[in-house]
Amino acid sequence: MSDVRPPPSLAGLFTGFFSVGVVGFGGVLPWARRMVVERRRWMTAGEFTDLLGLCQFLPGGNIMNLTIALGARFQGVPGAVAAFFGLMAAPVAIVIGLGVIYDAYAGVPFVRRAFAALAAAAAGYVLATALRIAAPLRGRPLAIAVAVVTFAAIAVLRLPLPLALPVLALLSTLLLWRFRA
Amino acid sequence: MSGIGTLVSLAVVFGQLSLLAFGGTNSILPEMQRQVVDLHHWLTAPEFAALFALAQAAPGPNMMVVSLIGWHVAGLPGALITTIAVSTPSSILVLLVGGVWHRFRNASWRKAVQAGLTPVTAGLVMASAALLIRSTSADWSLAAVTLVAVVAILSRKLHPLVVLAGAAAVGALGLVA
Repeated sequence: MSDVRPPPSLAGLFTGFFSVGVVGFGGVLPWARRMVVERRRWMTAGEFTDLLGLCQFLPGGNIMNLTIALGARFQGVPGAVAAFFGLMAAPVAIVIGLGVIYDAYAGVPFVRRAFAALAAAAAGYVLATALRIAAPLRGRPLAIAVAVVTFAAIAVLRLPLPLALPVLALLSTLLLWRFRA
Repeated sequence: MSGIGTLVSLAVVFGQLSLLAFGGTNSILPEMQRQVVDLHHWLTAPEFAALFALAQAAPGPNMMVVSLIGWHVAGLPGALITTIAVSTPSSILVLLVGGVWHRFRNASWRKAVQAGLTPVTAGLVMASAALLIRSTSADWSLAAVTLVAVVAILSRKLHPLVVLAGAAAVGALGLVA
């Protein structure tokens, strides 16, 4: 693609992802895509999607994985470090600032109630996310059974994830592959 | 309260979580809560839910709850330790796999693994939601806030942050317990 610009420098990787971290309210991915593909043109849309596939396949935060993979592609390990710290610097500072405010005012009744309601809504946000992830399982009994067993193992039996996850992931992969479910 | 021992424990706990986070932070919340609340007693379950909410309301990746817990337990060194611990093992994996990714990105076994992980992730995120809701639903009015938030976010008519801000305003006005 002729409209892709020369590879970014270490400073470019840091500032590019810093700009994403600052504005990335409620989901960073769309901003990262806009910065990488449209504004700075480090990659084509296809290359970005391909790299994102890797980051979603592997464990870890998708966007954190993306800074590592993209930074490393252009500038090796130093590039990965620059992109990662660029992304994280502002959000970590802001979230700690919010934590300081929360600690200072958590005793005030209306602040306490605001946080109780915020926490209730944030829990609802996670439930909405879970329902969206589960939507493609509709009409697939075996996949639904795997989800239910996983839920019971973690939420009801409170099994340790380092033990439960490898077993569940392996069983699920083999079952769904065997029965083409 | 933040001795070297605590920092080492934080590094071990969050380093372990790193390679388990298929589908991101939402899948490791139950294990995080088990470690941080039940095993190490660094936070109570409602404090855990409050810090998670705070992180959701802040800009940046979902992983920010990890930095916030680190800060709460052991100040700035704690925040740096947990943030780096939760990202280093997965980052090393990305560096290792990144070089060979193009060779197997269309391989049939990779698609089978991805298909197998989807229902597991769904179950894990559902478990996260259940555990959070259990500690945030102190009474029926807060449970109602959760329910309204789910419906509002699923309708896609409002940005999730607007829903979170609205809930906080409802709480500040004294409409919940």
